[in-house]
Amino acid sequence: MTTSDSTIQNNAPCEVQDEAIRVMDLHKSFGMLEVLKGVSLKAQKGDVVAIIGGSGSGKSTFLRCINFLETPSSGQIFVNGEEIQMRPDGSPVNRRQIERIRTRLGMVFQAFNLWTHRTLLENVIEVPVHVLKVPRAEAIERAKVLLDRVGLRDKADTFPAFLSGGQQQRAAIARALAVDPSVMLFDEPTSALDPELVGEVLTVIRDLAAEGRTMLLVTHEMKFAREVATHVVYLYQGLIEEQGPPAELFENPKSARLQQFLKTVG
Amino acid sequence: MKNWRALMQPHRIVLMALFVGFVIWCAIALRWDWIPKYTPLALGGLWRTIWILVVTTVMGFLLAIPLGLAQAVGPWYLSAPAKVFCTVIRGTPLLLQIWLLYYGLGSLFPQIPWIRGSELWPYLRQAWPYAVLALTLSYAGYEGEVMRGAFSGVNKGQLEAAEAFGMPRFTMFRRIWLPQAVRNVLPTLGGETILQLKATPLVATITVVEIYAVSSRVRSDTFIVYEPLLLLALVYMIIAGIITLLFRRFENRVNGTR
Repeated sequence: MTTSDSTIQNNAPCEVQDEAIRVMDLHKSFGMLEVLKGVSLKAQKGDVVAIIGGSGSGKSTFLRCINFLETPSSGQIFVNGEEIQMRPDGSPVNRRQIERIRTRLGMVFQAFNLWTHRTLLENVIEVPVHVLKVPRAEAIERAKVLLDRVGLRDKADTFPAFLSGGQQQRAAIARALAVDPSVMLFDEPTSALDPELVGEVLTVIRDLAAEGRTMLLVTHEMKFAREVATHVVYLYQGLIEEQGPPAELFENPKSARLQQFLKTVG
Repeated sequence: MKNWRALMQPHRIVLMALFVGFVIWCAIALRWDWIPKYTPLALGGLWRTIWILVVTTVMGFLLAIPLGLAQAVGPWYLSAPAKVFCTVIRGTPLLLQIWLLYYGLGSLFPQIPWIRGSELWPYLRQAWPYAVLALTLSYAGYEGEVMRGAFSGVNKGQLEAAEAFGMPRFTMFRRIWLPQAVRNVLPTLGGETILQLKATPLVATITVVEIYAVSSRVRSDTFIVYEPLLLLALVYMIIAGIITLLFRRFENRVNGTR
């Protein structure tokens, strides 16, 4: 009796600590259009969750709700066990809390969204210096390491407009890494790239997955999802149609819609 | 060297010769003997023109930022007054605005005892505060409209990226939004500043002695008409040239970066 009690007590906080993201029953409507109709998702630390689905399935919206770039209509979101306080209509209670949580979620966008008036190095140190108040010299040291890591050390003083899409996206990944995020959110990171540039970005993401970064990845690259993900979620019209380990989901899809989807995307 | 050779073409040589001839003719045939006598006054006027220009463009621009922001993203109770302000300023002659402020406020203030008794009264009795106020409001009105477009024109994705990294609103405005907006409208601002320079002579009508007022003074004192006006034109061209150069240098610095 006593032993079982203590086991539960030991396990409970441990489980919460390992939890990176928990989303419960997330709804989101744009006016009359309901884009998310109750999506729940859990990611432990070190998980790489790939979110796949056709266009209009709500996968990007889902990702953007997690850091409140879109305000959910209802549901619950926990980041590292901390619940984001929402009003009944889904709007955040406390902007400060959102800002604090956002600094732990490094986001990478489809369109890179680097700040074009700043060099790559300045892009990477911007948030550490001006939001997290890291000393500038320290931030620069770290930024150089990160740029080196994504293969852009010699471009540190270049402005984004002079770089290829692949280089810009790698710089954007370095920018996201600079806040040492507990979870990285990738919103179709290769969709805006020329085919020959996709590989270099995927290589960087693959390395991050290999070192155990927690990631949520909205993607159209099925092969890549299958290779790096620990868990794959297939969204269809705002609902999770099927989810599971990649091997199972891609080899042996149960739902007819997923079978159809996998056939069309090849 | 290359530029020099480009100048050495027949039609250009002819034009340059004509210009040099004109300058020499001006120097010989026209009367310039009044210059020494009026130099101190002219320098004072030049100084006044320049500081009025600098002060009103800087203050006007600082006012234009909230005016543009209010119109671009503000709630209606901020955007509507900003819109009305810009429309009124842009829709009425500057001369009228200067006179309304000077003769209107200027005759209203002396009737209010606490203003007459205040520390500011020695200044408010003079003309220049009204001149500065009118030119500042005018520049703010025009630039408010320019900044509205500039703020709306900034790439939404870059603001979203700032938001996604938890940047507080003011930091985002200061670090991302404002610098991007300003760099987009630098060429327009350069042009508007030259227009502002050429609006400064209007304040001569309310007894502010700037460089144009000095040239009128020479004319009425000596009955020499064209010489002071020619010199005046030259002075304005030089100032306009300096403004152009400054903005171009600034633009180049910024443009290397895109």
